[in-house]
Amino acid sequence: MLAKNKIKLNNIYALLVVVVLAMPLVANNYVLNTFSDVWFYVIVCLGLNIVVGYAGLLDLGYAAFFAVGAYTTAILTTTFGMNFWLTIPFAMLFAALSGVIIGGPTLRLRSDYLAIVTLGFGEIVRLTARNLDITGGSSGIYGIERPFFFGIEMNGNIHFYYAFLLLAFLAIFVSYRLQYSRLGRAWQYVREDEDAAEAMGINRVRVKLSAYVIGAVFGGVAGSFFAVKMTAISPETFMFTQSILILLGVVIGGMGKIPGVVCGAFILVLFPEIFRFVGDMRLLAFAVIMLIIMLKRPQGLWPSRLG
Amino acid sequence: MSLLEVKDIVLKFGGLTVIDSMNMTIKEGSIMSLIGPNGAGKTSIFNSITGFYQPNSGQINFRDKPILRKKPHKITQAGMARTFQNLRLFKNMTVIDNVKSGMHCRSHTGFLGSVLRSPAQRREEKEITEHCEKCLDFVGILDQENRSAATLSYGDQRRVEWARALATKPKFLLLDEPAAGLNFDEKQQLIELIKRIRDELDITVLLIEHDMGLVMKVSEYIYVIDYGKNIAQGLPEEVKNDPKVIEAYLGKDDD
Amino acid sequence: MSTLDIFLQQLANGLILGSFYSMVALGYTMVYGIIKLLNFAHGDIYMVGGFVGLITLSLLSPFLGAGWAGILVAMIISMILVGLLGVLIQRIAYVPMLSAPRLSILITALAVSMVLYNFVMSMTSGEYKAFPVDLGYDGLEFGNVFITYTQIILVSSTATLMLILHFFISKTMYGKAMRAIAIDQDACRLMGINVKTIIAMTFFVGSALACAAGVMAGVYYGSIHFFMGFLIGLKAFTAAVIGGIGSIPGAVLGGLILGLLESFGTQLPFIGSEWKDVFAFGILIILLLFKPTGLLGKTEIERM
Ligand SMILES: Nc1ncnc2c1ncn2[C@@H]1O[C@H](COP(=O)(O)OP(=O)(O)OP(=O)(O)O)[C@@H](O)[C@H]1O
Ligand SMILES: [Mg+2]
Repeated sequence: MLAKNKIKLNNIYALLVVVVLAMPLVANNYVLNTFSDVWFYVIVCLGLNIVVGYAGLLDLGYAAFFAVGAYTTAILTTTFGMNFWLTIPFAMLFAALSGVIIGGPTLRLRSDYLAIVTLGFGEIVRLTARNLDITGGSSGIYGIERPFFFGIEMNGNIHFYYAFLLLAFLAIFVSYRLQYSRLGRAWQYVREDEDAAEAMGINRVRVKLSAYVIGAVFGGVAGSFFAVKMTAISPETFMFTQSILILLGVVIGGMGKIPGVVCGAFILVLFPEIFRFVGDMRLLAFAVIMLIIMLKRPQGLWPSRLG
Repeated sequence: MSLLEVKDIVLKFGGLTVIDSMNMTIKEGSIMSLIGPNGAGKTSIFNSITGFYQPNSGQINFRDKPILRKKPHKITQAGMARTFQNLRLFKNMTVIDNVKSGMHCRSHTGFLGSVLRSPAQRREEKEITEHCEKCLDFVGILDQENRSAATLSYGDQRRVEWARALATKPKFLLLDEPAAGLNFDEKQQLIELIKRIRDELDITVLLIEHDMGLVMKVSEYIYVIDYGKNIAQGLPEEVKNDPKVIEAYLGKDDD
Repeated sequence: MSTLDIFLQQLANGLILGSFYSMVALGYTMVYGIIKLLNFAHGDIYMVGGFVGLITLSLLSPFLGAGWAGILVAMIISMILVGLLGVLIQRIAYVPMLSAPRLSILITALAVSMVLYNFVMSMTSGEYKAFPVDLGYDGLEFGNVFITYTQIILVSSTATLMLILHFFISKTMYGKAMRAIAIDQDACRLMGINVKTIIAMTFFVGSALACAAGVMAGVYYGSIHFFMGFLIGLKAFTAAVIGGIGSIPGAVLGGLILGLLESFGTQLPFIGSEWKDVFAFGILIILLLFKPTGLLGKTEIERM
C-alpha cells in the first residue's frame, strides 16, 4: 500500500520534471519570467527551510544573506570587472561569513531573542547598504552585465528560466541529502529538544551554526544570480518584508518538508499573479493566510505522510 | 578504582542552597544508587555531574579528569550518558532516529559527505544503524524501530531513552528514576536490564530511584541525601536500618 | 549654540523619544513577564493606536476642537478600543497556541503583526496621514534651549500614565495577581486566581499604553504612517531588554536610556543620523550577547 503510493508519487514527480523542462517550448515571456521567480523562491525558501524547518531557528533577517550574495556579485562585476561565474564562490563565502558573524555569538540565545536579533541584523545590512558608497547608497547598483555561458549571452528570459530551474533542482537535491544525513538528524534533535540533544553529546551551538551557514549560502547563491538577472539592485529589494515573504513560503507549505516548501514557493509567486484583483492587498491576504495556517494547520498545507 | 569523584559540591539558586557540600565516589564497575526524599537535590546532582547546572564550588573528576564547568556534550563525549526524570524523547521522530542521536558524537560525516553520499558516509551510516539496532535489541524494542516515538507506550518510551543513552557508548550511565511509571513486570525487567548493562556492556551505573524494593535489589552501594547533604551511605542493609535515613523519609517522631 | 545648549536640547529630545519607547516597552515586558511571549505585534498595536486616535480625534474635533481637550478624550477612547483589540488578538491568536512549540507561537505573533501592518497599509494606501491637531509652537525658553508646551505636556502625560500603572500593579488585586502569575502560573491557578482574566487584563493594559504612545507620537510628529510600528517595536523591545525583560521599572528605565543614547549618539561626529538605527540595533545585539538579563532583570536558571 505504502510502496504503491510511493511509486505513484514518484511518477507524478517525474511528470512534473518533464513539464517544467519542456515549458519554455510553449510558454511566452511573461510565463517564463513568472516561473523564473518561482524557481528563485524555491531556492531561497529551501535555504530558509534548513534554518527554520530543520533546525527550528526563527530567522527574520534571511533577506540579508540574499543581499550579501547580490551585492557581492554586483560590486565584483561592476567595480572590479570580475567575470560573473568567478563571483559566485565569493558570494557564497561572504554569505557564509556573515552567517558565522551573526550566528556565532547569537545562536546561544534563547529562540525569541534570536528572532529579534536576526530582524535587527537584517535591517543593519540593509541600512549599511544604503549608507555606504561602495554599495551605491540608496539608488543601489545598476548596469550589472549579463553573463556569458559558453559564449551565449544570458539575456533572455529562457536563459534565466533554466538557470534558476537548475539551481532549484540542486537546492532540492542538497536539501534532500542533508535531511536524511547525520547533520540533518542533528538539526532535528536540536529543534525537538535542545537539552536532550545536548545530553546525547550534540554540540548545539555548532549544529545550529551549520544550519545557519548552509542556509546563508543558499541565499547567497540565489542573490548572486538575482543580481545578474535584474541587472540592478537596491537596498529596498532586501526589506524586512522580503524576509517575511520567504518565511511565509516555508510556513505555508510546511516547515521541514521539501515538497511542501516547494509548493509554498509556488503559492508565493503564483497566487498574486492569478488573483490579480487582490492588488495591493496581496500581502494582507498572505498575512491572513499565514495566521490561519498557524492556528489551524501549523504543519503546513503539505500532508505529513507524504513528507 | 574510582570512576567518578564528587567533592564538596555546593549549588545555589538565588538564596536557596540545593546541594550543600555533597561528596560521592563511584567505583568503576559498580551499580550504585542515590536516594533521598522529594526535593532532596538528587536530580540537581545529576545535572551538576552532567554539566547542565554549574555548581558554585567543589570538584568533579571523571576518569581522573576534572569535568566541572564543561559543556554537557563534552561530558557525554567523555563517556557519560544520562536519562531524564521526565521523558525527554524527540517525540516527532522515529524510534531508531531517536537512538541515532546517541551515535552523533561517535561519528563524523559532515556537509560534503552527506551531500555526496561518499563511500565513507555510507559505511558510517551503516555502522550507526547497526549499533543503534543492537541497542534497541538490548532493551527489547527492536520491533518498534520505525514507529514514531510519541506513539509508544510509556514503558517503551522509557526503553527508547535507555537505548538512546546506551548508543553513546558510555562508560558510566546515570538513570534518573527509571522505574517511575513502570508496572510490576516492567520493573522486574528493568532490574535484569540494569544488571546486564553492567555485566555485559561493562558500564558503571548510578541510579536515582524512589522504589526502595528495586533499589535494594540492584544496588551494591547507596548514598542517601536530604536537603542537599549526605546523611548516610553504605551497603543496602546498612542504609535500610540507619535511623537517620528512616527519619529523613518518615520525619521525626516528635514532629 | 554652546555645547551646554546642545546638551540640554538633546536631553529634552532624548527624554521625549525615550518616554515613547518606555510606554511601548512596558507592554512588551508585561506580556513577556506573564506568559513568556514575545509579542511581535506590539509595535503594530502602537501604530494602530495612532490611527484609532486619528479617527476618534477627527470625529470629535467638531465638538471639542483640535486642542488638548479633544486629544485627551480621544486618547482615552482609543486606549479603551485598542486595549480591547489587544485582548481580542490574545483570544484569537495566542490562547489556542499556549501549548504549541515556541517556534509556532513566534510565527503566529509575527503573522498577527503582518495582518495589522498590511491592513493599515492597504487602508491608507501606504500614505502619511496628518494628525488633525493644532497646538501651536509656544513654549519655554531656557537660554538658547527651547522646549514647547507640547513636549512638556507629553512627557508629563507619559509620567502620569506610568504612575497610574505603578499604582495599579503595586496596590490593586489585579496587579498583585499579575505579579503572582509571572512567578508561578500553576500555583496561582490552584489558589483560585482566574489566570485567564489576568492575562487578558495584561494584554489590555499593555495595548492601551502602546495606543497612548501612538496617539502622542501623532500629536508630537504631526503625522503617522503604517510603517511607524516596525521600528519602534524593535526599539521598544531593545529598551525592554536593556532594562531587563519582565521588569516593569526596567522597561521605563530602558526606554529612557535608549532615547538618550540615540539622541546623544547621533551627535557624535562618526555616527551621524543616517546610522541612527544601525546604532540602536547594534546596542541591542551587543546587549543581548553580553547582558541578556539587562539592568534590572533577574538571572534564571532554566529548570531541567
Ligand atoms: N533550575 C532551578 N531553579 C531553582 N530551583 C531549582 C532548580 N532546579 C531545582 N531547584 C530546586 O532544588 C531543589 C531540589 O530539586 P531536585 O529536582 O534536585 O530534587 P530531587 O531530589 O530530584 O526531587 P524528586 O525526587 O522530586 O525528583 C528543589 O527545591 C527544587 O525546587
Ligand atoms: Mg528528581
